[in-house]
Amino acid sequence: MHDDPVVRIVAKVLIPSIMLFAFYVQFHGDFGPGGGFQAGVIFASAFILHAIIFGLNRTRHVWAFRPNLAVLCVGVLLYGGTGILGMLGGGNFLNYNVLGDTPQAGQHLGILLVELGVGMSVAASMVMLFFAFAGRATHNRFLSSKERNDE
Amino acid sequence: MIGDLLINVGAVSLLAIFAFWILRTRYLVGVVVVSGAFSLTAAALFVVLDAVDVAFTEAAVGAGIATVLGLATLTFVPHFEKPHRFKGAALGISWFPALLAVATGLLLTLAVSDLPRFGSADAPIHNHVAPHYINESPNEIGIPNIVTAILASYRGYDTLGEVIVIFTAALAVLVLLVGRTRSRRDKQRKGRRQ
Repeated sequence: MHDDPVVRIVAKVLIPSIMLFAFYVQFHGDFGPGGGFQAGVIFASAFILHAIIFGLNRTRHVWAFRPNLAVLCVGVLLYGGTGILGMLGGGNFLNYNVLGDTPQAGQHLGILLVELGVGMSVAASMVMLFFAFAGRATHNRFLSSKERNDE
Repeated sequence: MIGDLLINVGAVSLLAIFAFWILRTRYLVGVVVVSGAFSLTAAALFVVLDAVDVAFTEAAVGAGIATVLGLATLTFVPHFEKPHRFKGAALGISWFPALLAVATGLLLTLAVSDLPRFGSADAPIHNHVAPHYINESPNEIGIPNIVTAILASYRGYDTLGEVIVIFTAALAVLVLLVGRTRSRRDKQRKGRRQ
């Protein structure tokens, strides 16, 4: 199935659209349903689809382990950092009112940053979970047949 | 009205069918796939209840990622559950757990009759902080989606906790499954010496 040109081409069309949709969900969360959690999961599913179709090794080549770990940590730090920024501005931890010129502008900025942190963290952890589980698969079901022959 | 009723009855009976199927089957790939279908049906129910944000999360996490992770896990365990028998089983039913389950179910059903009517305006949940969120969030936060305003701002501390839970889970999996274990490290050393 992995070597089927139809599957490969459909995946190539789908993966960028999934990523774009994830960004839409991420930044449209203020206005409609969605937010960091959903966007992160959708963004991660693009990498998972890539791994299922093209094999885990090629996905690791596209998106390596270390940057993924960095994004995971930066997401949490961005969330906590936004909270501390509120403290530096004279408010309580995670009080966004002081971040902007008006309380509302501060809230907008704070929510944007916090949701971005959530999205980064969730996407990276989902990719990490999938890599960890699929990478240990004894049958190498997630490798394409060519890679299986190489091993 | 009748359409809503049909959708509700249909979705809830589908959930029951999926749940029984998951209980009865020993084919684990089927269990994972049907759990995904269960989540998707639950997501549809959340849409009917106007909880679109919850429905979105359920569809993405429950039906999407959880299914994929379950299938990934099944690549290194057997695909069939071993047949097992509980002590004291007769006529194919383990009577004590069955009795316990039925009794708990009856108690919960009794408790439901004490809950306020669904959607009733004077239920406690609608009279605590919810009116403040609905009336004041356009002035205090100024974004149209009240759910996001609550999650990211009013309840920002809880959401920080949730993110840290996910972070910790990823780190735990990292420690357990990725990287070198002692036996693998020893194997590598042996390989180098030879």
